[in-house]
Amino acid sequence: MLTGVASPLLSASGLGMIRGERVLFTGIGLSVEAGQSVVLRGSNGAGKTTLLRILAGLTRPEAGEITRNGAHHWFAHREGLKPHETPRTHLALWAKAWGSSVNVDDVLARMSLKRPADVPARYLSAGQRRRTALGRLLLEDRPIWLLDEPYTALDSEGRALVLELIDHHLSNGGGIIAAIHGESGFVPANEVVL
Amino acid sequence: MSPAPIFSAFRQALGEAWAGGAGALLPLGFFAGAAVLVPLGIGTDPATLRAVGPGILWVALALSSLVTLERIFQADTEDGALDLWLQTGAPASAIAGAKTFAHWLAAGLPLALISPLLALMFQAEASADLLRNAALYGLGGLAFYFWGGVGAALSATVRRGGLLISLIALPLYVPTAIFGALAMTDAPGSDSAPLFLAASTLFALAVAPFAMAAALRLAAD
Repeated sequence: MLTGVASPLLSASGLGMIRGERVLFTGIGLSVEAGQSVVLRGSNGAGKTTLLRILAGLTRPEAGEITRNGAHHWFAHREGLKPHETPRTHLALWAKAWGSSVNVDDVLARMSLKRPADVPARYLSAGQRRRTALGRLLLEDRPIWLLDEPYTALDSEGRALVLELIDHHLSNGGGIIAAIHGESGFVPANEVVL
Repeated sequence: MSPAPIFSAFRQALGEAWAGGAGALLPLGFFAGAAVLVPLGIGTDPATLRAVGPGILWVALALSSLVTLERIFQADTEDGALDLWLQTGAPASAIAGAKTFAHWLAAGLPLALISPLLALMFQAEASADLLRNAALYGLGGLAFYFWGGVGAALSATVRRGGLLISLIALPLYVPTAIFGALAMTDAPGSDSAPLFLAASTLFALAVAPFAMAAALRLAAD
């Protein structure tokens, strides 16, 4: 991996957002370089999810600018799983949509989803649904990961797994922006408090 | 840009429509049920039935198309799939169009296919005209689903948005209903009516996806 000092993977400056008649945040700036992570902190309703949506390009900010140098993965509260989809069909669908050649079986094994691989999502536990959605991160190599509360609903083994994925991604020169309550489990290069 | 996300959106929507089981069959039951009730309501005089039959089927088709439209984008906003589709890099209009087309294939095309049978109940003569009419119902139904899709996208974040979809979509159904019904009569202008019907469907196919895309971006914002 070449050094990313010259151009950060993602940088934002002067971000401001209004929801209803309330100023959610103003003057937020952050920058993620290769191998770096940024953790977003703030109480419930402070605007962590909104900020992540802005960084992903889903929500338009009232003020500020964002520069992205590379594709990103999006992992949020709502997993994007259809009730009829199984972990296998879901991952296969997105592998196809993204033109990925990664073996879905390998991803299922990595996420410990071998056993429920063919169970429709409506019968899966919350943790299994989260693992399925996390599996999407492995389908395609993308430099930027945007993670909203990645540990929610996961058991200790699942937490360790997420931490492993994060470590691996960072050491491969990826960048991570994550909204996390409580222990992040890793040492972020930066914290943004909302 | 690769078209792969568009095919995937189409496949997921088709799978979703069939997975509900009753989901795709519901409009079919509604369509048939409405058509069966009418002769009971207006009497069994064959001449009357023959005269009103095609028009009744157009109305039933329009209303049946609205039965399942509520879910096509609402489910996506609720389960987060919309966020994923909007980030594929493929145009949102193409994704929305693919999803709506899949929905029409699963729920709308069967309505056109069963229409000859229902026409027979309205004392229509069994002839090749019934198949021609089925094609017209299919063509018009496609426009109904695409305009309905605009309503569905606009009300994607509204709970119980079904009625709202009807209010938005029904006025847009007017040209299709007019040309479609005219094409099945002997009135002056009926010869060219199928072409106008086709034109109004093409217009829906060309315009509706962009309206849906704008509405979906707003829903995600």
